[in-house]
Amino acid sequence: MTDAPALLSLDDVAKTYPGGRPVLQGVTMRVAPGETVALTGESGSGKSTLLNLAGALDAADAGEIVVDGVSLSGLDDAGRARMRRERVALVFQQFNLIPSMDVAQNLAFHARLAGREDRAWTDEIAGRLGLRDHMGAYPEQLSGGQQQRVAIGRAMAARPRLLLADEPTGNLDETASEAVLDLMLGLVRDSGAGLLLVTHSMAIARRLDRHLHLSRGRLAPVPAPEST
Amino acid sequence: MRRAILAALWSHWRRHPVQLLTLLVGLALATGLWSAVQAINAEARASYARAEAQMGGAGLAELHAPSGVIPLATYVALRRAGWQVSPVLEGPLRHGGRVFTVMGVDLLTHPPLPAIAESGADIAPVEALGAPGRLFARPGDAAALAGRDGLPPVVATEAVPPGLILTDIGAAEAVLGRPGEVSRLLVLPEQPLGRAPLNEVAPDLVEVAPEGRADTARLTDSFHLNLTAFGFLSFAVGLFIVHGTVGLALEQRRGMIRTLRALGAPLGTITRLVAAELLALALIGGLAGLALGFLLAGLLLPDVSATLRGLYGAPVEGGLSLRPGWVASGLAMAVAGTLAASAASLGRLARMPLLAGAGSRAWSLRPRGWRMMAGAGLVLIGGGVGAIALFDGLVAGFVFLGGLLMGGALLLPPALALVLRLAAGRARGLVAQWVWADMRAQLPGISLALMALLLALAANIGVGTMVSSFRLTFVGWLDQRLVSEVYVTARDDAQGVAVAAWLETRADAVLPIRSAEIRYAGAPLFVYGIVDHPTYSENWPLLDALPGVWDRVVAGDGILINEQLARREGITPGEEIVLAPDWRMEVVGVYSDYGNPTGQAITALDVLLRHVDGVPNQRFGVRVPPDRATALAQDLRAAFDLPPRAVVQQAGVKAQSLAIFDKTFVVTGALNVLTLGVAGFAILTSLLTLWTQRLPQIAPVWALGLTRARLARLELLRSVALAAMTAVLALPLGLVLAWALLAVINVEAFGWRLPMHLFPLDWLRLFALAIIAALIAAALPARRLGRLPPAQMLGVFANER
Repeated sequence: MTDAPALLSLDDVAKTYPGGRPVLQGVTMRVAPGETVALTGESGSGKSTLLNLAGALDAADAGEIVVDGVSLSGLDDAGRARMRRERVALVFQQFNLIPSMDVAQNLAFHARLAGREDRAWTDEIAGRLGLRDHMGAYPEQLSGGQQQRVAIGRAMAARPRLLLADEPTGNLDETASEAVLDLMLGLVRDSGAGLLLVTHSMAIARRLDRHLHLSRGRLAPVPAPEST
Repeated sequence: MRRAILAALWSHWRRHPVQLLTLLVGLALATGLWSAVQAINAEARASYARAEAQMGGAGLAELHAPSGVIPLATYVALRRAGWQVSPVLEGPLRHGGRVFTVMGVDLLTHPPLPAIAESGADIAPVEALGAPGRLFARPGDAAALAGRDGLPPVVATEAVPPGLILTDIGAAEAVLGRPGEVSRLLVLPEQPLGRAPLNEVAPDLVEVAPEGRADTARLTDSFHLNLTAFGFLSFAVGLFIVHGTVGLALEQRRGMIRTLRALGAPLGTITRLVAAELLALALIGGLAGLALGFLLAGLLLPDVSATLRGLYGAPVEGGLSLRPGWVASGLAMAVAGTLAASAASLGRLARMPLLAGAGSRAWSLRPRGWRMMAGAGLVLIGGGVGAIALFDGLVAGFVFLGGLLMGGALLLPPALALVLRLAAGRARGLVAQWVWADMRAQLPGISLALMALLLALAANIGVGTMVSSFRLTFVGWLDQRLVSEVYVTARDDAQGVAVAAWLETRADAVLPIRSAEIRYAGAPLFVYGIVDHPTYSENWPLLDALPGVWDRVVAGDGILINEQLARREGITPGEEIVLAPDWRMEVVGVYSDYGNPTGQAITALDVLLRHVDGVPNQRFGVRVPPDRATALAQDLRAAFDLPPRAVVQQAGVKAQSLAIFDKTFVVTGALNVLTLGVAGFAILTSLLTLWTQRLPQIAPVWALGLTRARLARLELLRSVALAAMTAVLALPLGLVLAWALLAVINVEAFGWRLPMHLFPLDWLRLFALAIIAALIAAALPARRLGRLPPAQMLGVFANER
């Protein structure tokens, strides 16, 4: 962990879903600027819920979450939307591109939404992600790996302070997975943003600066390699 | 931010142009059919208003004599007593097979007449007032009158309503051959104080306030309301397309909207922008609809004008003008309709949780949803029945029809779901089970289109049964009413006497057709006088009568009235009516009189002549053996140099009457066909828009071994089966609609009740049409499916992974 002030901090965060089942209990963690953190855990351990809370997609029941100095607990729906628009970017397992927009439009979309479109930067990202030859293509015409590269490009083009990625390579084969991860890590490190990445893969987790593990809604020691 | 969101929302339409086109066409059709009817109504009403305004005197009270004729002495007495009144003499003028209305006014005392002031003719007052005077008529009418002997010079002017000849009262007396007569007196606005009351000066006259007069606008109100109801039905059917397309578009964009929100677009902004987008599309579709409506109204207006002239003698000109109010109301309807059709979808969008699944929800209607739909349908039907049970009048009738149709439409999907569930339970074989189950799964997506089809079919059956029942009754009634073999019209009374004398030895019987127009209960009443002859007692169509009805009529001891008058005034046989202060008669029977908007009565000729002076004696019905009718007609024409139209045989009159009848329902028929067309289009658009959702359902079955060709055939079969089931369910709904039209709407709108006849062959034809419409609608998606490359089927699995 670096000594810089945390970009993302969770203090004693808890979340219970309707029906009374606790999903997260007493989670405290930090992500510093420029730091890449992997979050692993078995299915149902609360990884995606934690990511939703950090990304201002959902509200915690207890504890405090601060993103880039702003406490999420004091924000209404509009404030959360602004947070997602201006400081955070999300990359999903299902890509979640806009199917009726082409690659160029998808890439620039989040930045346009945030009101800070930078064509040169978007163009550079497209080049680094190998998408320049596909700028006029629609998502349905791309492979899964290409679609995820567009999703990463869309997130990075918005120059977020914090990137949250939920199983970004979960739908990709091993080769594509490696390539996408390389590109994402390269862009994150160059931009100075923080990254919290949810994954099932220990191999991916090992490539990041820090590795956290969730078990039954609580942070737990990272399992030994042979147990995964 | 808004621009980025709008760009994302708009990109959906760019990638789905057929869906966009469907939405716009649905809107255009809905607005087009509605605004066409509105344009026709507005044009007709403007014609009535123009006619009234051109004639001056609008809004003034009038003095009427129950006998229809005010003696000159009474007019003079009123003037001497200080009454500021202006006389008007009206009467028909037959010329060249047409009947013109001559309206003679006192040009010196009558309120300003725009019809003459705006005629553009440079006529000195002395020329219009002094002999022979001037006649003012529309250019077409003026041309028709040209060459007729004995008429003053005719001035052509656009400022006079069609079919009317306006002139000074002196000239009118000469033209009509009614010197010293006055039809009515206008009570001028400026009256002296302390004038003698009317019952002292002229106790025979009654004062009729302007709102009490049965003017053209009021007479035709029911006709326009009927047209409006049809327009609204078409509008509703068109909105089904809009509802379906908007709903599907929003369902397809759920994933996109969730992504937009995840990226930071606020839900409120998205909802407002979707509403704004729909508003813009509503305006575009509405404008296209207005263009379509204007075109359609232009095509239909001549027939409507003919109908209004034939039914009510209402003056409607052929031209159509673009009115700002019409444009505004058409656009308002398009916008209101779009918002109403989209309200549920927009509501779902506004409440959509951020973390919910992106999958389609529109097609996941559960049994509880069906039950709620059925409940709502039953409530609507119950409301309609309640309206007609508790209230009288045309509006209650239409509330009943609306409740019945909308309730029936809402009951359709639950009924189909039930039928499909029963069928699936009895299906043998895997493919059959899958087909039934798949139909059930597809039902929520296509149910709106099927509801539109149900409405169109029910309207077709209902209106078709009404019109055919009406026609059948009308034909039977014509057979009863038009019994004489030959009908003759003499040029004048003198010739009438000569014709009757000539026929005396050549015909079995000569039946005079003599009538006079009087006022009864503030409206015109035509009283006919008949002679004693079995032709009447054997044939005349009586609906209700006292014993010995014909003996009493010919003895001058009773009077028959038509159904319209009986219903309007609530008169039943046995009651007495007062036709003039000294003319009271007991009503001894009621007869059917279809197609006539005014009151009519029949009594003995002697009685009529005793109470009304100057009853024309020009028309006769002639009884001869049918094989001698043609020869007699030819001899009559030759003997009196009568034009062909003056001597007509029974068959000719019937053909003419039926032609007028058929023309009356041309507009109804056109709207019927258009509504069915819109419903067919709704099915096509539903199937096309469902296409993208069908692939994931079909691909696994294809992978399991069913060929694309077989799947395509099953696709066709499925649509046909659903349309056939809808058509079967539309039949009872259509028959109830027909009953309501015949027993409720017709009685309220026209004053007559018709017996209901059933026409199973028409149902079969309509059933076949519905099947053909479904086949055509399903053909395109089925063809696509049959030719779909396997790679695209496989793509479904790739996308799902």
